[in-house]
Amino acid sequence: MTIHRWTWQSKLTFTLAAALILILALVPAFASDSVNERLTVLFIYVILAAMWNAMAGYGGLVSIGNQLFFGLGAYMTIRLADAGINPFAAMVLGAVIVAGLSWVLSLFMLHLRAGEFAIGMWVLASIAHLCVNLDPLIQGETGTSLISLNAYAIADRRMMIFWAALIGMVGLLALLFAVLRTPSGLAMQAIRDNEEAADSIGVNPMRTKRLFFVLAGFGTAVAGALWLAQVSAFQPKTYFSVQWTAYMIFMVLVGGLGRFEGAILGALIFFAAETWFAATGVWYLIGLGAAALLFSLLLPKGLWGWIATRTGVSLMPLGYRVHMETPSK
Amino acid sequence: MTGAATQAGPEARLTGAGIHKSYGSLPVLNGIDFSLTSNEAVGIIGPNGAGKSTLLSVLSGATPPTQGTIQLNGSDVSDLPARDRAAHGLVRTHQIPKPFSGITIFENVLVAATHAGARRKGEAYDLALDALDVCGMLPVANRPAESVGLLDRKRLELARALATSPRLLLLDEIGGGLTDAEASELVDTIRSLRARGIGIVWIEHIVRILLQVAERLVCMDAGRIIAEGDPETVMTDAQVVSAYLGGAPA
Repeated sequence: MTIHRWTWQSKLTFTLAAALILILALVPAFASDSVNERLTVLFIYVILAAMWNAMAGYGGLVSIGNQLFFGLGAYMTIRLADAGINPFAAMVLGAVIVAGLSWVLSLFMLHLRAGEFAIGMWVLASIAHLCVNLDPLIQGETGTSLISLNAYAIADRRMMIFWAALIGMVGLLALLFAVLRTPSGLAMQAIRDNEEAADSIGVNPMRTKRLFFVLAGFGTAVAGALWLAQVSAFQPKTYFSVQWTAYMIFMVLVGGLGRFEGAILGALIFFAAETWFAATGVWYLIGLGAAALLFSLLLPKGLWGWIATRTGVSLMPLGYRVHMETPSK
Repeated sequence: MTGAATQAGPEARLTGAGIHKSYGSLPVLNGIDFSLTSNEAVGIIGPNGAGKSTLLSVLSGATPPTQGTIQLNGSDVSDLPARDRAAHGLVRTHQIPKPFSGITIFENVLVAATHAGARRKGEAYDLALDALDVCGMLPVANRPAESVGLLDRKRLELARALATSPRLLLLDEIGGGLTDAEASELVDTIRSLRARGIGIVWIEHIVRILLQVAERLVCMDAGRIIAEGDPETVMTDAQVVSAYLGGAPA
């Protein structure tokens, strides 16, 4: 009897993904500015979806306040850049600080259950928004800009932001994938399904949930910093808006909650919908809401969940398969 | 199969002294003294509401006692959470199965093997496969836990507990809802665990199957132990007949 974790489909997927990443890395050399900018947005959406899925999909930590990390990631970058740190270094350092803050928040937030946690996260985001408004550097809702990026020529800056977003997305997806394949990843899913039973067989629920909470805090802060670099302007109400978490929920719900491929697919769908329909204004938002509703009713496991259940395909497998060495009768 | 879950080493001992447990103003356990070693199988019977499952919860660490102490191998574990007791060889199953529905049967068992049973990956795989083999679950190892029926959910509870390499196993009504044939299979499985040197406490309403395994019987009523000892003697005890069997001798 042997245990297998990879399939031929997953090996092929990772080979193709590596090739795709190499091609994407070369995009700035031949694509237009608008393509570069739109792809940067896509990379940020993938990060946002993957990080929300890490908490809610694998750990049952459904949050409607992940804009907390997003806003703080951008704010920390502004603050550190203002202190004279290179803006790209400030983006990384800012996310690390947010990760540290997430660890502190986890000490009490993870004691909240279900709806309490979801609403509590929103409350925290609102408090952080108000606190950031008090910073004279931010000038209240007037906001400020990441002006230190102006030290770079526009073309160089655009290219660097693109690469930073690509590296951020690939790095965070790889990190999440690796963590989910450790015993802690399996334990997190066990906690999601039944915390008391997980505790009774040796799992430390608080430590495991903290790992994912901090990871999601770090990743979402990276996304916030990248968004800041992309648009340059920082207005607190834009970054601490609940719409960000609404987008994360939409992407994961449509793609497939608790499925690694699902979050990526959901981000692609959201990105496509935004690209093609955002100009329709309010109808775009109505369409998003209707799509989320239909997916909840008709495909509760999301698009990838539906595909995987019907075909048994697992492109990015996290689990284990027992192979019997002798064929069963 | 390696038989990785076979237990060895010095005798393990669990002792509860003067255990009281109340939920608000409602007393559930009223001064229980209880002991178990890895060399015995103890059956616990009693009418509904006697406090049997609460006793298991307190012994396993799922809930703290209001008063009293619990010792495991001579050390006071009264304040240790269930996960730490599991790591020291004391683990329980649940009356209502609590599978991890979103992952497979093998992964359910592997969680236990990696967190309380083994340190190395290969060792954990062996433990998990052995636990599934003992419980007759290898044919469904790759199925999602949410897709299996009651018998397999009961077996999964047992397999998951077994994968922690327990010295002492607390079983809560694991035979409930099973057919006669299924219950007989379960008895055979539990006997095989005894043969591995695992001490067992088994709460069960189906006394007939319990008596096939228990070497000592404890009868509880209203949060107290009202009789304890040789199963035959306990089953004919006047208080037991009155409290549990409704006045008719077994």
